[in-house]
Amino acid sequence: MELYLLVDFGSTYTKLTAVDLDDNYIIGTSKATTTVDTNVLEGYDKALERLLRNHPEINMENISGFSACSSAAGGLKMAAIGLVEELTVEAAKRACLGAGAIVNMVFSHHITKREIKKLKEADIDIILLAGGTDGGNKECIIHNAKRLKEAEIDVPIIIAGNKDAVDEIEEMYENTKMEFYIVNNVMPQLKKLNVKEAKEVIRKIFIDQIIEAKGIKKAEQKIGEIIMPTPEAVLLAAELLSNGYEDIEGFGELMVIDIGGATTDVHTIGEGFPKRTEVIMKGLQEPFAKRTVEGDLGMRYSANALLNLVSDYEFRKYFEEDDKCNHNIAKSLERRRENVDFIPETKDEEEFDKAIAKICCDVSISRHVGHVEVVHTPLGNMYYQTGKDLSEIKYVIGTGGVLINNSSAKNILRSVNKKSNKKLELRPNNPSILIDRSYIMSAMGLLSQKHPKSSLKLMKQYLL
Amino acid sequence: MKTVVIGVIGADVHAVGNKIIDYVLSKNGYNVVNIGVLSSQEDFINAAIETDAKAILISSLYGHGELDCQYMKEQCDEAGLSDIKLYVGGNIVVGKQDFIQVEKRFKKMGFDRVYPPGVKIEQALVDLKEDIGI
Repeated sequence: MELYLLVDFGSTYTKLTAVDLDDNYIIGTSKATTTVDTNVLEGYDKALERLLRNHPEINMENISGFSACSSAAGGLKMAAIGLVEELTVEAAKRACLGAGAIVNMVFSHHITKREIKKLKEADIDIILLAGGTDGGNKECIIHNAKRLKEAEIDVPIIIAGNKDAVDEIEEMYENTKMEFYIVNNVMPQLKKLNVKEAKEVIRKIFIDQIIEAKGIKKAEQKIGEIIMPTPEAVLLAAELLSNGYEDIEGFGELMVIDIGGATTDVHTIGEGFPKRTEVIMKGLQEPFAKRTVEGDLGMRYSANALLNLVSDYEFRKYFEEDDKCNHNIAKSLERRRENVDFIPETKDEEEFDKAIAKICCDVSISRHVGHVEVVHTPLGNMYYQTGKDLSEIKYVIGTGGVLINNSSAKNILRSVNKKSNKKLELRPNNPSILIDRSYIMSAMGLLSQKHPKSSLKLMKQYLL
Repeated sequence: MKTVVIGVIGADVHAVGNKIIDYVLSKNGYNVVNIGVLSSQEDFINAAIETDAKAILISSLYGHGELDCQYMKEQCDEAGLSDIKLYVGGNIVVGKQDFIQVEKRFKKMGFDRVYPPGVKIEQALVDLKEDIGI
């Protein structure tokens, strides 16, 4: 029996997944509270103990390898800086999100002293500085680089803008304490997205430094390198599941939704090109594997932000038709916000949680998918498409604590499709819905780095 | 190499002239950023900012150019592109009108060069060399 152990240091739980690579099955999973404040290994040891207790067949000496990811201690927090909001700012954001980061701050055009002050006060791990196409505007990125230097910013800065500005910035930063990395422009030509190298460097900085600063590095003595932020692992798993590997066929275009306590993550794999000839693409090129994170959509921490997005009246539409309870929406939301460990006990509380989850799903999909706009031309109607056309996506997969333990998870995920009357949104029309019941998506993303075939087989088997 | 942004403004899908302009200007030493048909003023402006363009060349063939070009100059000023050269050409007004009057109106709107229907791109090329160099 060849064993492989996957570890996810999550914000709340440290989760272990033990896999048998010979027979391709999941031996077992376990979890324990993450303990970054004291020693991250305490939580890990506890989870391991639980795993071994429940699965005495696991012999630690047979373990052929470990892989770990982390989103503990607030995950990877980044600031994205660019020039035009819809162009290099968006490209910079996509690089950060694709690398599994949370984009806490975004700045466009010339950064002001006030903004620099805010940036300095915020708890940011890495800054991504973009601006200008190659050969395009360089004045803005140089100005912003100068401001960062003047403020003696002491977090790593990735410079991913106009290549014509690189020499000047490099000279400016040399012989200073600034830690900087120069990578390819995230938007080398107008609307062309090129985030690969930026993503790699983000991951490298994360491995080399961030996890150390967050006190997770200690874990490496026991389990080897922590190789990526958890959301990136989920994205990689989704990509593998979509593309397939060697002779094993993938699922094709798909979507993964993770509704959490504080955020809702949506990942889609697929080109999302227009499905009709009279549609013209607008805006920045879309990444094949796209991730968006909604910081105002969550079940607990961000619960009270929901009423800023939907009115009381609209909220009620998310309750089941047979739900007779007269919910006090504001109060129920506040209760969840104040007590983030809240677990529904009555039927009404469960129904309310279900409505929140549906809203998170509906609104996050609305922001993630592409939109069409009609243009009336003398030659007839034409359509602009901004973002990805996901109408023909075949699979929608739900993951994350909220969905996998919820008996009506599939029902919640049905709010991804067009029933909500948003005809101009390119939502999945009629997808099959699968749930990551064993909670293995991030583990499979990790496993895919060394054993893609097993990872793919397991996902096809365990996503139900 | 100087950068110019070209495209077809408004709900206009005429792509042939756009391709010819792209071809001729590229062949003559310009870095051409072609934003294509159905482009809005914001598309032209955003492209010009990121690419540090020295001129915007707007094409319009379907007769509504005058409406589509309203306040283009003011928008450029707002976006910090006060020095950018603005060119417009094609069938830019409704029906057949006296071109001297048309040119006057577009110049008043802030356009630097205005071309009547049927002008070859080579003529604009001469003006472009004079206005922004190569």
